Amino acid sequence: MTTTAARGAGATSPGRGGGPTPRRAAIAARTLRTDRWWLQPLLTVLVLVAFVAYSSFRAFQDAHYFSEPYVSPFYSPCLTTACEGDTFPELFTGPTWISPAIYILVFPLGIRLTCYYYRKAYYRSFWLSPPACAVAEPHRRYTGETRFPLVGQNLHRYFLYAALVINVVLFYDVVLAFRDETGEWGHMGLGTVVLLVNAVLLFLYSLSCHSCRHIVGGRLNSFSKAPLRYRAWTAVSRLNARHMQYAWASLASVALADLYVFLLATGTISDPRFF
Amino acid sequence: MELERHGYDVVVVGAGGAGLRAAIAAHEAGARTAVVCKSLLGKAHTVMAEGGIAAAMGNAYPEDDWRVHFRDTMRGGKMLNHWRMAQLHAQEAPDRVRELEDWGALFDRTPDGLISQRDFGGHRYARLAHVGDRTGLELIRTLQQRTVALGVDVYMECTVTRLLTDPEGITGAFGYWRESGRFVAWEAPSVVLATGGIGKAYKVTSNSWEYTGDGHSLALAAGAGLVNMEFVQFHPTGMVWPPSVRGILVTESVRGDGGVLRNSAGNRFMFDYIPDFFRKETAETEDEADRWYADKRNNRRPPELLPRDEVARAINSEVKAGRGSPHGGVFLDIASRRPADYVRRRLPSMYHQFKELADVDITAEAMEVGPTCHYVMGGVEVDPDTAAASVPGLFAAGEVAGGMHGSNRLGGNSLSDLLVFGRRAGAAAAEHAGKRAGAVALAEEALAEAARAALAPFEREGGENPYAVQSELQQTMHDLVGIIRTAPEMERALERIAALRERVAALSVEGHRQYNPGWHLALDLPHLLAVSECIARAALAREESRGGHTRDDFPAADPEWGRTNLVCGQAPDGTVTLARQPLPQMPPELAEVFEEQP
Amino acid sequence: MTEPGEPSIGGTDEGRGGGAGGGGGGGYDATFRVWRGDASGGGLQTFTVPVNEGEVVLDVIHRLQATQAGDLAVRWNCKAGKCGSCSAEVNGRPRLMCLTRMSTFAEDETVTVTPLRTFPVIRDLVTDVSYNYEKAARIPAFSPRPRDPDGNHRMQQVDVDRPQEFRKCIECWLCQDTCHVIRDHEENQAAFAGPRFLIRLAELDMHPLDVVDRRDAAQEEFGLGYCNITKCCSEVCPEGIHLTDNGIIPLKERVVDRRYDPLTWLGSRIRRRPRD
Repeated sequence: MTTTAARGAGATSPGRGGGPTPRRAAIAARTLRTDRWWLQPLLTVLVLVAFVAYSSFRAFQDAHYFSEPYVSPFYSPCLTTACEGDTFPELFTGPTWISPAIYILVFPLGIRLTCYYYRKAYYRSFWLSPPACAVAEPHRRYTGETRFPLVGQNLHRYFLYAALVINVVLFYDVVLAFRDETGEWGHMGLGTVVLLVNAVLLFLYSLSCHSCRHIVGGRLNSFSKAPLRYRAWTAVSRLNARHMQYAWASLASVALADLYVFLLATGTISDPRFF
Repeated sequence: MELERHGYDVVVVGAGGAGLRAAIAAHEAGARTAVVCKSLLGKAHTVMAEGGIAAAMGNAYPEDDWRVHFRDTMRGGKMLNHWRMAQLHAQEAPDRVRELEDWGALFDRTPDGLISQRDFGGHRYARLAHVGDRTGLELIRTLQQRTVALGVDVYMECTVTRLLTDPEGITGAFGYWRESGRFVAWEAPSVVLATGGIGKAYKVTSNSWEYTGDGHSLALAAGAGLVNMEFVQFHPTGMVWPPSVRGILVTESVRGDGGVLRNSAGNRFMFDYIPDFFRKETAETEDEADRWYADKRNNRRPPELLPRDEVARAINSEVKAGRGSPHGGVFLDIASRRPADYVRRRLPSMYHQFKELADVDITAEAMEVGPTCHYVMGGVEVDPDTAAASVPGLFAAGEVAGGMHGSNRLGGNSLSDLLVFGRRAGAAAAEHAGKRAGAVALAEEALAEAARAALAPFEREGGENPYAVQSELQQTMHDLVGIIRTAPEMERALERIAALRERVAALSVEGHRQYNPGWHLALDLPHLLAVSECIARAALAREESRGGHTRDDFPAADPEWGRTNLVCGQAPDGTVTLARQPLPQMPPELAEVFEEQP
Repeated sequence: MTEPGEPSIGGTDEGRGGGAGGGGGGGYDATFRVWRGDASGGGLQTFTVPVNEGEVVLDVIHRLQATQAGDLAVRWNCKAGKCGSCSAEVNGRPRLMCLTRMSTFAEDETVTVTPLRTFPVIRDLVTDVSYNYEKAARIPAFSPRPRDPDGNHRMQQVDVDRPQEFRKCIECWLCQDTCHVIRDHEENQAAFAGPRFLIRLAELDMHPLDVVDRRDAAQEEFGLGYCNITKCCSEVCPEGIHLTDNGIIPLKERVVDRRYDPLTWLGSRIRRRPRD
């Protein structure tokens, strides 16, 4: 007479059998949102497309990236003998049809492609996966970051290490920018400020990264046993809360820094000198 | 009749703190255990508890021990508590709290890394283990996760409407799935009631819809007694505005952290309401009260932190005297007394609650608060050691059980009560089931009758809407059996309750059985009426004022009544009976605790 | 107790005292569209319903229930944003109805209330959320290290701060509802546990007392890799938990330590140090 429930899985509601098959509420609309949910992804697309177009053009241009004492961040550190200027030891001779920027830009491109913030931005705006919260995505299948190539996003921290090296180089460029066009120290111009701001923003972008937060202390479970790392983690966590802002600000600053050097190198403007 | 059947050793009704703790104990004692609950798992009213779990762990004050906690509890209950329950509670609470940590709970810490303990009204030492102001959530989540890890079966959104008995005691329970309306029966020699309270009998309450006194009423119908039902705790500070949130709790911590009560003239009126009983330990001037927050050893407590019954009565009097706030409460002001930053840090949930629900910024303006029905001290009369009711196989723990808190419960003692007696009930239920294993069977006739009764509202046509009846009952209890009571009013309440009983018998509901809230309410109403009648009858009989029971016509406590319990029962014809019973007396070695001077 | 004309405790009737709160009297008639139906079908039904000052969407739904649709199914409990029962979608956005104030809508705005889209509907606004309970049952249970000799566990506040954030979760399932991994791809439900349980895993992994390594399980059994960190879970969380930044991403990084970072992998092989 009595059937003993043979579940043991716990926390289930038995007794659903026999009813209609479970089905979602029949709502045809893709979304019932009434706000302008499409605005944000649209803006993201416009800004990113503009940046990619500009940076590609500049990277392949292979010209106008150096104006003593400033080097464009797109071309720094300049590793090949094909480089203009003398900001960095030239390490090898590459084929002349490859712009020296390519060797460098792979790394910033890598960190931004695998960045936890940009992933959100481009998955939403380019991939529409999803375009906005509670708005259906158009894809039939979805496997996320479980398989090749997207499982490669897990390599983010290696790009972070590379980016940190580049951050150092950019500060080195800022130091060199305290010379004048003849190589004399003690100079400072608007370009110095531009490079400095750019170097700082890029550094903040790297430091505020989620992988960085994990590495400096996030992986610990008992902060109290590592007070120094706890302090570092607290500081990085504070930066991390603004990671998105740093991401966009540094994207803008790197483009503007390059543009500034471009304008100098083409002679369109001249560098206002402070001293 | 279509009926889903299951067999268990122990069926626990209710999945709040007491129910889950009972289920864990029963499971660990080897019993096949099921939990049946009206809501989804983890939604029980325990989540609303904010302050903490009272336990004399001595982490904050090493001089604290169970005797002090026992003494505080008995004094708070105006000595009407069952001494043995208060003793077990004070002795076992620390272990029950530590055990939660083994199951994953994360309490706030002291600088030594121990569980932090906070001050609360009526407790001599800081002893509430807490997690910010969301301790109830932590408690229920921890117990829920433990229950799930152990693999206990949980019947969610399932309501028990009957307990089934034979001459030897409990044989099981009958209920329905809220989702499908289909019936289900559990054959079990032990049933643990952990259904919580009765707040929905009142118009202004901090309790959710679930609090319809199901367990009280089921126990009554099964033949058990209800003790102390006249004692209903009105929390002094519930929200009063906007109407949709009226009754929702404003935690005592607001006052503990510096908030004060003012009337419309801006006066701290609590200084006018200090009873002699507490005069020695309460500040007399605003200056002294304000110094207490910084220096607790050398100053006496502000009167805002008197026990809940005192504060609730004082607010009631101010409003009646016409000195209330625009929406019928008084002002609770922390904005002018503490920096905004401090308020947001110490009282995040309160800040959030007022911002989200009332659009009030408590760091900038005063809150409007008034008493709200919060807790019923009364409940099933149980044996303190086993939580067993007088019906063999029936157990009760948590708010549905009576005796532990006497005439008034101290804040923080509820969560510890759930844990201590939940565990005892579960273990005893498992033991009882072992003795009656295989010897219980569900009577077919009783099952059929239970099903007929449940479906009756669909059969009738043209009857009243259950929502209308419920709101009339709530208004009646609010107006006539509220904070301040008089005999003529309660007599009127009993007349109205009798009339409502007839109307409930004639209710009809529209729609069908699948997830039909109107039908669910129709089945809950008889429970509400039963407990309302118990409260009114016991309150009418007790001709004194004590704790959560204040008579305008008998304003003083009466030593004779201080030795007497009132026990409600149910006569065979369904009417509520009332009996006087002597209060169990504590042994002399415990009584000594009260001779020491505080 | 309360006689007519006498002030009553917290007993202001609805509508009385209107204007005192600054809302200009408050009451108006709103247009509501509520999804009604069950697994076999249904649709949006339009109601005109009075709204008073200071009310939330759940109040209006209750008024419909009490006056126009006695059998309108809705799940709710505390009505104070603490239990997480009254989850639904209001104008297409996953919300707790008790925390959605009517004052956020224009008086002439139609308010559309629909059940959570990700879960099978039971009736009207009530959905079958058993998916969540099934996932919960599969999480490897908390296993603490032994207590100190005096019977206590010792942890510092800085050690418990992080997991405490995740324990604020009220299990309203809004994050599960909004997560496109299962919302738009029901077939992923078997392989993906949803944001709620990813932060549960993060909480356990960060718990200072716990000794179990759940990182492989997070990736393989609970589908951490499905998350593309688009952060809708964080956007809808009524408790303001930073699910993505503080839970899921740190968990992904911990998984990287274990599975994708040859340096840490090598280091742990050579030194055989226990984690942390």
